[in-house]
Amino acid sequence: MAQAVSQHGHDHAHGHDHGHHDPQELKMLGFWIFLITDVVLFGTLFATYVVLHNNTAGGPTAHEIFEMPGVIAETFILLTSSFTSGLAVLAMNAGKVKQLISWLVVTWILGASFIFLEVDEFIKMVHEGFNYGTSAFATSFFTLVGTHGLHVSMGLGWMLLIMIQLARKGITDVTRGKVNVISLYWHFLDAVWIFLLSVVYLMGVM
Amino acid sequence: MLENLKQFASEFFVTGDPLIYGADVSIGLVTIAIVAGLTYFKKWKWLWRNWLTTVDHKKIGIMYILAAIIMMFRGGVDALMMRTQLAIPNFEFLHPEHYNQVFTTHGVVMILFMAMPFMFGLFNVVVPLQIGARDVAFPYLNSLSFWLFFLGAMLFNLSFVIGGSPDAGWLSYPPLSELQFNPGPGQNFYIWGIQISGIGSLATGINFLVTIIKMRAPGMTMMKMPMFTWSVFATCVIIIFAFPILTVTLALLFLDRFGGGHFFTLDGGGNPMMYINLIWMWGHPEVYIVILPAFGIFSEVVSVFSRKKLFGYTSMVFAMMIIAFVSFFTWAHHFFTMGSGADVNAFFALSTMLIAIPTGVKIFNWLFTMYRGRIRFDLPMLWTVAFIPAFIVGGMTGVLLAVAPADFQYHNSYFLIAHFHQVLIGGVVFGYFAGMYYWWPKMFGFKLNETLGRWSFWFWNIGFYVCFMPQYLLGLMGMTRRVSTFDWDTGWGPLNVVSTVGAYLMGIAFILQAVQIAYSFKYREKDTTGDMWDAHTLEWTIPSPAPEYNFAITPVVDSRDPLWVDKQRRAAGKLPQKDAKPKYEPIHMPSNSGIPIVFSTFFFIAGFGFTFHWVWMGVLGLAGVLACLAARSMNDDEGFYIPAEEVEKTEASLRGTL
Repeated sequence: MAQAVSQHGHDHAHGHDHGHHDPQELKMLGFWIFLITDVVLFGTLFATYVVLHNNTAGGPTAHEIFEMPGVIAETFILLTSSFTSGLAVLAMNAGKVKQLISWLVVTWILGASFIFLEVDEFIKMVHEGFNYGTSAFATSFFTLVGTHGLHVSMGLGWMLLIMIQLARKGITDVTRGKVNVISLYWHFLDAVWIFLLSVVYLMGVM
Repeated sequence: MLENLKQFASEFFVTGDPLIYGADVSIGLVTIAIVAGLTYFKKWKWLWRNWLTTVDHKKIGIMYILAAIIMMFRGGVDALMMRTQLAIPNFEFLHPEHYNQVFTTHGVVMILFMAMPFMFGLFNVVVPLQIGARDVAFPYLNSLSFWLFFLGAMLFNLSFVIGGSPDAGWLSYPPLSELQFNPGPGQNFYIWGIQISGIGSLATGINFLVTIIKMRAPGMTMMKMPMFTWSVFATCVIIIFAFPILTVTLALLFLDRFGGGHFFTLDGGGNPMMYINLIWMWGHPEVYIVILPAFGIFSEVVSVFSRKKLFGYTSMVFAMMIIAFVSFFTWAHHFFTMGSGADVNAFFALSTMLIAIPTGVKIFNWLFTMYRGRIRFDLPMLWTVAFIPAFIVGGMTGVLLAVAPADFQYHNSYFLIAHFHQVLIGGVVFGYFAGMYYWWPKMFGFKLNETLGRWSFWFWNIGFYVCFMPQYLLGLMGMTRRVSTFDWDTGWGPLNVVSTVGAYLMGIAFILQAVQIAYSFKYREKDTTGDMWDAHTLEWTIPSPAPEYNFAITPVVDSRDPLWVDKQRRAAGKLPQKDAKPKYEPIHMPSNSGIPIVFSTFFFIAGFGFTFHWVWMGVLGLAGVLACLAARSMNDDEGFYIPAEEVEKTEASLRGTL
């Protein structure tokens, strides 16, 4: 019957010689394609927001409800976290596992602050009488921005798991692949936020 | 206490209909029989190890096809109930509310839980073998896709006996599907059942795209890929762009119903028409998702059974990619009557008619492939030949429907019903049957019985025309879809009887197929060649059924029909009759995993909880889903190796050279 991997561990390095495919390379392509599907997902939510954003049904309008200082702060925090996640990858490529984890910790704290500010913003809105069922505008606003926030939160949980694995195993082929993928994901969420900032907030208060 | 329980049970379970009590009893009996059988024959461990936790694409493919056939039975029973109700004017077989449920579940089951899994089954069985790969790119994800589909389908089917079925049509247009008009759990079953299986479909799209791009055998350039693999490629491209739209649309409808949102409501500034646009932005590409693989199957079958190369390979590829692209720009032809204006309707009418051109190219290519070929009429070829006239008529009536001004007459009439059944049965179902018969020996190592297959074929075909040709006329006579009954003075009586007879003929055909499969299993003759049809492509170079590692030695390809060209070279003496004894190497295999089925079960629990607004259960299910994701992320299993000696032994025994 089959033997365990460890006994044939030496074969792994020569994977390409007998019809093998680098699993990390496959994962990276798969993740890029997943990001395409996520672009379509956000695109659909943007489209519904654009169709519905004037349907305020007597409730508050974008102009009345958005408070830009908080949004600007969120933007800078998220942009900085994207930069620090890039630094984490650079540290990984230099083989410095401690530095890598430290930069991921910084990224994580920035991401968590972003979520904190966003939730705080939502709570304030609800207190001002602007909640999920107020109008089609409110529903589409909370859904679009909330979906982005949910993506960031999922990313935070995932990053935590990767940090644990890095602390345990150091930089291996597998953990390297994971860091590359989450960094890609993090930059992607940053790009989506730029669109959110422009289409939802800036066009809303203009 | 007891009173409360009684009250709960009467709302929870569907009560009052003898048909449903009968179904309850039969579901109960079948479940008991399965559990007892597995326990008696001590097969639980075998089932868990070999099937439920498998990551082998061939086994996953077989499970998909099995599930699809069961769902075809369920959808078919729905169809026969509808045709029975419509057989005679003023017939009282189904109540109107029950009729609404039946046409809704018939549509959903046939498209999403029959056609889709049948298609994914064929993807799984064929694509890795056809491109010379050991497995798909992500075997674990592949298993997850299957279980998400399966448990999503089970959740949807559960509505039949618990809570009540959805009844707002297969695409559930609001405002009818909103909470205000549809407060029961049926609509929630619809949303969660489709959502869960839809996530699986999306993952399959990504998986096969990566497989085809990255894992082809050395020498197989894109333009040397077999046509079925090309069709899978085109379909996966459509899936990754279309399915996220479905995910969002269903989520928005759920948020309206569960969270009090106003996306599609009549009040609060909602816009029901936006739902109809969104759902068809997915829904129209969806019909191309299911038809393109059928085109791929016909291309394989027609060239093998005509003993010729496929005519116009390059134009086939272009036609398929053009169809994939244009399929995203035709969605509004489903609601020309919405009132979008002449300019919008003109655009969508033209884009719809445009699709007929590449489709026509393909039809001519198949005909030219047959031209001067030495045709063998085995079952796969029979279905292919039957497809061509059926699809031409179905396609032509589609072009008639695409004429926007005329569509105001045809819209939502039986003319439309006849049209889309003609392309979906005549195209998709015929195609998947051709594929099933063609690749059956590769899956199981024996052919399906030819005589029973021919009986079933003729019942299917005659039944099909008898059922749907009258419906074109009924549509022109003014009969609209989804009416549960009609009066004598409409004059629709005679044609409806004829149509019902046709439906029953197809029911008989299905039973004959079930008998055919059982009979062929019992009296099977084991195939020893691995190449029962004298075929052209790589999947037939290995034994049937394929060993778990597929190819002991990765093949090298230098033509579009590698096996066929090799056979010709051998005949001409340009290649030695027998290959030199190859040097085997250890083969890396992925480990089985129980996470996919547990993951999907948690998703099922979440869906069930939200269906009944039991938030605790929904949250529990989602927490389980997250826990499974974390468990997978932390898992270090890198699979195992099959030693070279064992590969050599397996190959020798399978190829009969021991």
